[in-house]
Amino acid sequence: MAIWVETERTGGLSRQLRSSMAYVLLIVSIIPILVGYAWLLIATFSYRTEGLLPKDAEGHVGGWTLANWAFVTDPLIWRVTLNSLLIALAMVVGVGLASSLAGYALSRMNFVGRRGFLSMTLILHAFPSVTLLISIFFVLQAISALPGFGNIFGYNTVGGVALVMVSLDLPLGIWLMKGFFDNISWDMERAALIDGASRFRVWWEIIMPQIRPGLAALAIFTFLTGWSAYLIPATFTIGTKVSNLPVYINYLMSETSPTNWNQIAAVGLFQMIPILVFFFFTQEKLLNIYSGGTKGGV
Amino acid sequence: MRVELRNLCKRWGNVVGVDNISLEIKDSEFVALLGPSGCGKTTTLLMIAGIYKPTSGEILFDGRIVNHIPPKDRNIGMVFQSYALYPHMTVFENMAYPLKLQKVPKDEQRRRVQHVADMMGIGHLLDRKPGQLSGGQQQRVALGRALVKDPELLLFDEPLSNLDARLRLTMRGEIKRRQMELGITSIYVTHDQVEAMTMADRIAVIKDGKLQAYDTPDELYERPRTLFIAGFIGNPPMNLINGVEVVRDGEEYLARHQAFCLRVPAERGKHVAAKGEVILGIRPEDISLADDGQDGMRGEVYVVEPLGRDDLVNVELPGNTFIHFLADPALRLKPGTPVALCFNTEKVQFFDPRTERSLLWH
Repeated sequence: MAIWVETERTGGLSRQLRSSMAYVLLIVSIIPILVGYAWLLIATFSYRTEGLLPKDAEGHVGGWTLANWAFVTDPLIWRVTLNSLLIALAMVVGVGLASSLAGYALSRMNFVGRRGFLSMTLILHAFPSVTLLISIFFVLQAISALPGFGNIFGYNTVGGVALVMVSLDLPLGIWLMKGFFDNISWDMERAALIDGASRFRVWWEIIMPQIRPGLAALAIFTFLTGWSAYLIPATFTIGTKVSNLPVYINYLMSETSPTNWNQIAAVGLFQMIPILVFFFFTQEKLLNIYSGGTKGGV
Repeated sequence: MRVELRNLCKRWGNVVGVDNISLEIKDSEFVALLGPSGCGKTTTLLMIAGIYKPTSGEILFDGRIVNHIPPKDRNIGMVFQSYALYPHMTVFENMAYPLKLQKVPKDEQRRRVQHVADMMGIGHLLDRKPGQLSGGQQQRVALGRALVKDPELLLFDEPLSNLDARLRLTMRGEIKRRQMELGITSIYVTHDQVEAMTMADRIAVIKDGKLQAYDTPDELYERPRTLFIAGFIGNPPMNLINGVEVVRDGEEYLARHQAFCLRVPAERGKHVAAKGEVILGIRPEDISLADDGQDGMRGEVYVVEPLGRDDLVNVELPGNTFIHFLADPALRLKPGTPVALCFNTEKVQFFDPRTERSLLWH
């Protein structure tokens, strides 16, 4: 008995040591990131910075200012923010809807070309989008030529950018959703079919509620992709009128005059605010994504 | 409802799931599809449900071919091994779902669900989610959901396999009782021969996608038509002894083996005489210890497995032959004890080792 207690104690001690080691390691590794965020926050409210210290024009510590945030009075910033939001939302809806339908079909139905389609999606996902820019340009040009449709989804439109972004994100979405559907038991679906539901009702009323956590994860990731997209919007929109926030930031870095980094920091922080707010409110849900699933049920 | 399967086949490419099964099920009959896992019994059930389409052959409900009728229009209820309850719905919503799809008015839904739930003893659980229920309660909900729409045919796919042994026994009795009360034609898939024997009016034994036999439990037990059925039906399983030769000896028949020589009744022996080496089958309960002075089959106790009411005793006969028999635990048989055994020769079975078919029953 005594021996047992002793080993228990030393076991506890070494476990404590190990977990504190882990904490130290984690803290050390996130220090650079924390410093980065600290700089971002300080820089946006200061005239200029030296390291993490805000400096005024004479080089003394101080010089707090709101001048960097003057851009919020510019109507242009609200226009590009709206565009960012539109692209992100279009992606959430487009990728969410298309991948849940396609993922369901790929998971549950047997049709000609299913295998080919699956491997094609995987290959497409492996393609870096940079290599496709030129060909996508031609596709968008062709879409622009269509009457009516071209004005919404053509070249140099928010719709066009959203369309390209959605299609580039679909392979990942489809594979993710297929995986979620694969985890739902066939019996539940068969039960619903026998209960009298149509295939569509089975999908909507029985299966979709089961994969809600997965769908939420996909929505969050696509929203973030859309919100911070740079390459596609920068390539397929000329001028900032129809472009989004990241492109706007790039536009602030003029080639002829010196760049005001503190202003760029302010726009960067501005872009982060919605995400921070979002994370603040959905933190618990986000953590649930991986432990949730259908465990509560059958 | 009468159900008839005619030359039913299901193939996936080269894989044969169900191979030419024909059988008919009478109105309000309880039929078990019995076979080892992967034998095609669940595939057959899913074809009857309309989930799978038969590759060939026909399924008839009351004489009407239903091959192309979708599951929702077949008026069937089905209970699954995994219960297949909808986890995001309450028990009430689960049970009312088939009614909701039939556009039954709300108050009638409530009335019918309550009625069935009370019958199943889950009336007080209607507001719970399936995840908050025990396995037995979930299975009751699943059965209730199948019953609530007044189906003409009930399908069970190993509904008791996920329950613990004790609960299985209770539910077994309950399902049989409900089925008898309601008189709904039922098809019950199971790999457990005890379940099939105790519940079904008739048992369809399936092996490798083929129908081996379709008969009442008693018939299958007393007159197994194939070696497979003999070994599969009955617990503990029948002893099957290879290398037995039956010869005529005047008016009598003798079954000879290197370990024993047995007098066999003429009505059984005459079918087997001069057929060369055959397989002799005898159930453990038809073997007893020889009385004093009686000439028994000599052997030595190898293992004793107490079953409570009986001891299942494995005896080694000369020539490395092992047979099981049931003995009274009061005898306290121990490994190594020499014993003399006596067969109830009225119950011996004979099988052809090549065709694996019975030599007595055709």
